Amino acid sequence: MKKDYITIPLKEIRRRKLRSWLTLIGIIIGIAAVVSLITLGSGLKNAIEGQFAALGNDKLFVSPKGNTFSPGLSIDAVSINDDDLKVVERVQGVRRATGFATTTGEVEFNDISRYFFVWGQSTDPEDRELIGESQNYKIGVGRVMEKGDENKVVLGWEHSQDTLFEKAVELGDNIVVQGKKLTVIGFLEKIGSPPDDRSVSIAIDTYEDLFETKGELGLLIVQTEPGEDIDVVADRVQKDLRKARGLAEGKEDFNVETPRQLGAAFTTILDILQVVLLGIAGISLLVGGINVMNTMYTSVLERTKQIGVMKALGARNRHILTLFVVESGLYGLGGGIIGAIIGIGFAKTVELLMQTFVGPAFLSISIDTSLVLGTLTFSFVVGCLSGIAPARQASKMSPVDALRYE
Amino acid sequence: MTTKMLIQLKDVWKTYTMGENKLDVLKGINLDVREGDFIAILGPSGSGKSTLMNQVGALDTPTKGKIILAGRDIATLSESDLAKLRGQKIGFVFQQFNLIPTLTALENVTLPAIFQNMSEEQRIKRATKLLTMVGLGDRLHHKPTELSGGQQQRVAVARSLINNPGIILADEPTGNLDSISGKQVFAMLEKLHAEDKKTIVLITHDIHLAKTAPTIVYLKDGIIEKIEKNGKHHRP
Ligand SMILES: Nc1ncnc2c1ncn2[C@@H]1O[C@H](COP(=O)(O)OP(=O)(O)OP(=O)(O)O)[C@@H](O)[C@H]1O
Ligand SMILES: [Mg+2]
Repeated sequence: MKKDYITIPLKEIRRRKLRSWLTLIGIIIGIAAVVSLITLGSGLKNAIEGQFAALGNDKLFVSPKGNTFSPGLSIDAVSINDDDLKVVERVQGVRRATGFATTTGEVEFNDISRYFFVWGQSTDPEDRELIGESQNYKIGVGRVMEKGDENKVVLGWEHSQDTLFEKAVELGDNIVVQGKKLTVIGFLEKIGSPPDDRSVSIAIDTYEDLFETKGELGLLIVQTEPGEDIDVVADRVQKDLRKARGLAEGKEDFNVETPRQLGAAFTTILDILQVVLLGIAGISLLVGGINVMNTMYTSVLERTKQIGVMKALGARNRHILTLFVVESGLYGLGGGIIGAIIGIGFAKTVELLMQTFVGPAFLSISIDTSLVLGTLTFSFVVGCLSGIAPARQASKMSPVDALRYE
Repeated sequence: MTTKMLIQLKDVWKTYTMGENKLDVLKGINLDVREGDFIAILGPSGSGKSTLMNQVGALDTPTKGKIILAGRDIATLSESDLAKLRGQKIGFVFQQFNLIPTLTALENVTLPAIFQNMSEEQRIKRATKLLTMVGLGDRLHHKPTELSGGQQQRVAVARSLINNPGIILADEPTGNLDSISGKQVFAMLEKLHAEDKKTIVLITHDIHLAKTAPTIVYLKDGIIEKIEKNGKHHRP
């Protein structure tokens, strides 16, 4: 097609600036929503997958059913305990297993009392390392918990700020956990999620004293022997644990999960959410398309005389059709370009906010050129389709009638 | 005379039906337009002059009768063939100029050539030449709103010539112009007839202008009352 069939409609669009902007709004919003949602969604998915990949492919998690993999969100009626841990440790292909308990506890400092997650964990260096790896945290300041540290505590990063107790906690300070005075020996690195950054980690023996539990664990972390197939080991753990707990197959009250499965659970939720949001964005695009159609009908009516003139000058029906369909398509494309820019800008802003206020690992988006080109093509097509009916109406006008129109 | 026949109207009727009422606007028109003719159509308002012109220019089809354009009955032509023929053989000049407001003078003149797939280079060359010829060589990039009525009509004359048609059809081209601009445009048409051998069909209310045309067709109530050639009277 010759470029005249683009430049002539373009001049028409530019002439009616305000109306053109109003026409574009629907498409702009729709495309901005599509681009930002997909970009943010895949950024979030990448981040989640990255987090789970960082766990390595040699760890399994055993948790009571009904509990998701959020550290001790609820204390279930069902619990996993020391005996289960011993069963799991004996499963063929398991190199090591440990567990930790977690619940909310009262924490007092600077005469302020607040409630945070308290973690009770093994002080054995290898167990500690396994927990550290699986929970993705590292010590930032001070030192880790060691054997004999029953009166010590390691705190999440935010405790070293003055946001929790109006005053920053420092190494060597004493804080009171469930009525017991403990000395701070370390702070974790910033993780980016408040429950983690406000956590309080103590030795499992201290935990059992303070919360009057015995052997109860919230989560088991199992490391497989090098070279073992993680899924095979997971099956064995499942089977042995089922037997030990005297349960029938299919009636397990616990979950055995690999990092991949955990990640998949999250990304599936994310996918569903994204489909719903994209559906809403699709409606906005549909409205945008109807908007363009409306403008084109108005435009055809207003330019009836002009259409008659063009026909008198030798324009064939298909020339008129092309001019109007292209004009409509340009609305779509223009809206698409502006929408894509806004969408990318929005996604980048969210990324920046997330990285500033939550943590660097939380969201990392990348601009997918095929997504951008795809949406631009799509918006152009939506524009063209919306213009077909009005353009056909224009092209079918009789030259005399069109010329007489005032 | 053995000049070539360009457009022939044979017993052309145009009837508009509005609900119950039928209105015969053209009642059996016979008219020959031959190569080199200069025909002025005169008649009172509402007599059917514009309707006749639309038939001559193949913009409309007759209710009854035949129109032969370039040797072909237009009733047998498809829409696109008709548009093509119109674009190549006929140049239109309208009373209201009818320039496209978003396009410059140059772009308006090149527009009909786009529909005939003339190359951009050739189009611009021709359009520039034509605009210079009508005295607007210094107004190439002006939009219609930046031109006077007379200038706009001269752009329209240049536009009618871009595809080098044999015939120019002008429906009251001077009707919206002051007398000086009107005379300029009329003189331009006379020059096209005399020097470029264009065939001209012109509608006008101005009897003085019409009198200078070699052929005058008097139309009244949809009937050709008389045809006057070089002062001689012919009864149809
Ligand atoms: N589409 C139409 N439907 C109904 N009547 C029409 C239509 N077009 C023209 N007419 C009628 O045909 C008659 C002739 O119209 P036409 O425009 O040919 O007149 P004219 O001679 O050009 O007049 P003027 O000098 O005022 O331009 C008028 O009475 C007009 O009302
Ligand atoms: Mg008229």
